This record gives sequence, structure tokens and C-alpha cells, in this order.
Amino acid sequence: MKKIDYKTFRNKAKRFMFGMNFVDGFIYKIVIYTLLISFSYIYLYPVLFMLVNSFMSVDDLINPGIKWIPSALQFENYTRAIQVLELPKSIITTTAYVLKVSLAVTISSAIIGYGFAKFNFPLKKVLFGLMLATFILPTQVTMVANMLVFRNLGLMSTQNALVLPAIFGQGINAAIYILIFYQFFKTIPGVLMESAEVDGASHLKIFLKIAIPLAIPSIIIVFLFSFVWYWNETFITALYVGGQVTLPLKLQAFRASYSTLFPPGTPGSELNEAILLAGNMLAILPLLVLYFIAQRYFVESIDRTGITGE
Amino acid sequence: MKKLTLSVGKFFTTIWNKISSFYVYKVSVVFEKIGHALVHNFIIRIVGLKLIIFGFIKIDITRKRREAFYGYMFILLWILGYLVFTLYPTFYSLYLSMHEAYYNLEDGIVTTYVGFQNYLNIFRSQTLLPLFGSYLGKMVIAVPLVVVFSIMIAVLINNPIKLKGFWRTIFFLPVVISTGPVINELANQDATSLPSLQDSSILIYISENLGPWIANPLETLLTSMLLILWYAGIPILIFLAGLQKIDKSIYEAAAIDGASPWDRFWKITLPSIQPLVGVAIIYIVVSMSLFVELGGILDIARTHMLVGAPDSTFWHGYGFAAAIAWIYFFLMVIVMSIFVGVISIRRKEK
Repeated sequence: MKKIDYKTFRNKAKRFMFGMNFVDGFIYKIVIYTLLISFSYIYLYPVLFMLVNSFMSVDDLINPGIKWIPSALQFENYTRAIQVLELPKSIITTTAYVLKVSLAVTISSAIIGYGFAKFNFPLKKVLFGLMLATFILPTQVTMVANMLVFRNLGLMSTQNALVLPAIFGQGINAAIYILIFYQFFKTIPGVLMESAEVDGASHLKIFLKIAIPLAIPSIIIVFLFSFVWYWNETFITALYVGGQVTLPLKLQAFRASYSTLFPPGTPGSELNEAILLAGNMLAILPLLVLYFIAQRYFVESIDRTGITGE
Repeated sequence: MKKLTLSVGKFFTTIWNKISSFYVYKVSVVFEKIGHALVHNFIIRIVGLKLIIFGFIKIDITRKRREAFYGYMFILLWILGYLVFTLYPTFYSLYLSMHEAYYNLEDGIVTTYVGFQNYLNIFRSQTLLPLFGSYLGKMVIAVPLVVVFSIMIAVLINNPIKLKGFWRTIFFLPVVISTGPVINELANQDATSLPSLQDSSILIYISENLGPWIANPLETLLTSMLLILWYAGIPILIFLAGLQKIDKSIYEAAAIDGASPWDRFWKITLPSIQPLVGVAIIYIVVSMSLFVELGGILDIARTHMLVGAPDSTFWHGYGFAAAIAWIYFFLMVIVMSIFVGVISIRRKEK
């Protein structure tokens, strides 16, 4: 009697640990979750670091005994950061500027992607190859000549210096967006367009009434990505538009002016660390909010829209 | 009351009738005439199904040609933008890189031809050449690391796990954050390395026992581990999309034939996402190269473009900056083609 009990127990334990074919067993699950938790630490560590340190007072920052839990929450850092960044006003101007550019990019790349996907014309392959090559040939490489072009066109130091290339499909990472739309419009059956054409619709009408309503997931994806990328782009924006148009640029200017006052290493240089980190938190807060709201679109529409560029 | 509404309605209908009749009999006639004139003038004429240009060039309007016309109309925006904002600047910067160019308020750009002098100056430079070298070293080590890491995470997330949305939110955080100045800030705060890695004796061992040409890239790799792994954001998305396209029944068939999970990973999962590795590599190289760090190559190029006066020794003008950018671009392409080439060679052997 006892022997059989032991045997079934062993079998059950084995089943529990290894499952039917190892993949659904307990050990496999433990390994998976351990790996997930340890990898997620890599991505969460900087964010947590920033969040915690932004609440620290100067004493806490210097004190080597305090690493993760500040002795008192220092909300003053945030009020100072808000003061420095002129927050309510600058967030509106930044959003207005980024919205303008990313909307321009979204609309233009939808039109261009449709043109590449649904029409046959001579030199199409060559032009498409050139379009893809613009991703590898980034704006940073042509920035010298581009600056002179903008200067001649009178666009230098205005927001149009980024809006105009965006309208003409040459914005930052525009090749990716065009590719996303191209992949999507390829999947729409051509029969749909043909039947509309037989009914007497012009190509513009087909595009506006049939293609665009179908492409709403891709439009959301492209808009989100371009919003995030334009929000975070500081090099090109500082070069062409200049000044302190966006929040991240304002933050950079603040850091630069502070480090000339208190060079790193001198007493007082720690003073602004917490404020800077608080400012950083504020600068990416809109993006984080947007990301958590639209997370579904970031993740799920990826394979539907074909960012992989097969 | 009824009378009032009726009279108001009558009033609007009379006004609307007047407007519509004005439009039909006056405005639209003008439009029609303009439209007619646009396609029936001396230069362009449409007769039946023939387009006649200048009276002697006759083109049949076929369905194919009409389609091509509309196709060009749709991508006209891109063609114009490409010519003005990409093609012309590309050639112009190539032209500038062979000249000594300065900006002058009266004459605009002043150029003098110097041949390959700018390129030679870069290779002679004490600050730039080591930067290019360390860029190459960093790329060679970091890119395979990011690829392997992102494949691992994509496979992990693709498992049937609890709280899928939560894990995905964490692993796609880099998409939102890594492109921004936040990363610069974190690098300044020494938060780009895992503390345990930084304190370990591996670093000391490496820097003491290996030559500087390999120790330096390895050291920067280890101290900025987080920074490098943060580039995995988009590659994870790419690989995940590839993984989700694999047919589940292939795995089942393999399992029935007795393949272990380990075998299934190497024989099914990896070969089916292999074509995506090339795309991921291109993406990683581009995004890593375009990350502007203070004192980096792109930063120096900007300094030479913007700062200083012509007589300053630190300022070499537009030509020098253009040459830096071109060499940087060529290095980028070389790195990319080496990696992609290695992968395609392995595929041919199979």
C-alpha cells in the first residue's frame, strides 16, 4: 500500500516539476520568471534611480549610506524644476510644436506610402530604394549642407526648418513611417479600389474615403512614434530651430548654465542634481503618460503594420 | 409661430436658391472654362484619348499611363523633398568636404578648393582619430550583444506568461526614453552601469592584463552596459513581430517527433527569425551612431560648423565638419555591411 502511494506521489511531483513536455512545468516557469525579473531590472533601474534621486535632499545625495530610500521626500525639487522649466507654459509650446511636426510627418508619409504601394510607374523600384536609403543616410550627415540650404531659404532658426522637410517626407526617420504605411496599404486588396474606380470615384476620393479609414491603426502607430521621436530629438532641433523650443532643450540649457556656475567637483555641484533629475522626470512625464495610455497600440499594431520591413 | 418659422424657412430658401444659382450659372462656368482651357490649349490638348503636347507630340492615354501619372502625383511630395532636402545637400556636403569653406555675412559661403586636405587633416588629428577608433571598437562589440539580448527578451515575452501587458510595458520603455536627453543625464549621473558590474574585479583584471586597444572598448562596454542594452527597444519589437508569425503547428509537429524545447529553439525559432537580424542590425547601428554624446564625433562636427571665428585655431569651418560627417557615414556603412555580410554568408552555407 505504502509503496504505491510513494510511486504516484513521485509521478505527480515529476509531472508538476517538468510538465507534459517540460515547457508547461514548474521549473521552466521559475526560470522564465527569474529571467524576466532580472532583465526588467535593467530597464527599470535608471527610471527608479531617477525617480528616487529626484526626491532626495542634498544631504541624502552626499550621504553614502542612503541609496534607495530618501530620509524625507523633497517636493521642493519639483517646485524648483517647475520654476526653472517655466512649466505650464513650456509644456504647451512644446506640445504645440511637436504636434505640428508629427502631424505633418504622419499625413505626408501616408500619402507617399499609398503612392508607392498602390500604383505602378516607371523607376518605382529605384525611387523606393532611394527612399529606404534615406534612413541609413541620416540628417546628421548632411547637416552641414542642409544648414546652408535652410539659410538660403530663410528657414534657419524657425520651426519651419523642421516642419517643411516633414511635409515633404524628409523628416526624422520618415523612411520608417513611409515603410509602415507601404506595408499596410499593400495588404488592402486592390479589388476594393477598382470597384470604387468603376463607380466613378477619383483616385483622391478613393484615398480619402477608402484607404485612410482602413489605415487608422497605422496612423496611430506612426503618429505615436513620430511624436515620441520628435519630442526627444535635441541635436537636430537645437541646430535648426535653436533656442529653447522644447522641454528637453530647456533642460539642457539649464544644465549647461548651471555647470558653468558650479563646475562638477566643486561644492554646490550636487545641489542641482536632484533638481535636474526632477526636471528630467517632468520632461518625460508626458511621454510616459502617452505611452501608458496608448501602450496597446505601441505593442499590438507592430506586426499588423509591418515595422519589420520584410 | 408657425408663420414665423415658415417665413424664416422661406427666407433661407430664397437666399440659398440665389447662392446656388449664382454658383451654377456664374462660378462653375468659369471653373469649367478654366479646366477646359488647361487641357485644350496650344501646349496641352486632349483629343479623344490622345494627349497632344505642342501640337506635334501625340501620346495615347492608356490605363497604364494614367496609373503612372497618379502614382507620380502621390509621391511628388517625396520627390520634391528628396531633391531639395536630401539629394542636393548630400552632393553639396560632398563638394564642401573638398573645400575650405567659411560663412561670410557679405558674400555668403566662401570656398577655396583644397582637394582631400580636410580628410588628411582628420587622419592627422590627435583628438578625432582615437574617437573613430573607439567608435569602431564599440560597434563591433556592442551590436552583437544587443542583437542577442533582444532575441532573448523577445523569446521570453513570447512565452505564455502571466501579466503579459505588464512585462511588455517594462520592456518597451526604451522606445519612449532611450532616444532622449534623459539618457545623457543618466550617463552624467553614473547611472548607466549596473552597480554590481562596476564594482567587480573583472574591470581591474581586464585593464591590467590586456592591451589598451582591446581593454578600452571592453571597459566602456562594461561601464555603460545599461546604455547599450537600452538600444534593444525597437529590435525587441522587430523580433517579437517575427516570432508571432511562426506557425504554432510547426512546434507541435516537432514536439510530437520528440524534439526538446532546446532543439525547438535552435532548429525552429532561430532560423525563422534570422531574416530579421539584418533589419535589426541596420536599425541598431543607425540609432547607436546617431546618439550624440558630449565630446563625441557628431558634437565635434557641430562645433566646427558653428562656433568661433575664422582665425581661431579650433575652428576649421564647414568643409572640415562635412568631411567628419562623411567619414563617420562611411564607417557606419562599413560596420553595417560587415555585420549583414557575416550573417548572409552563414545562411549560404546551409
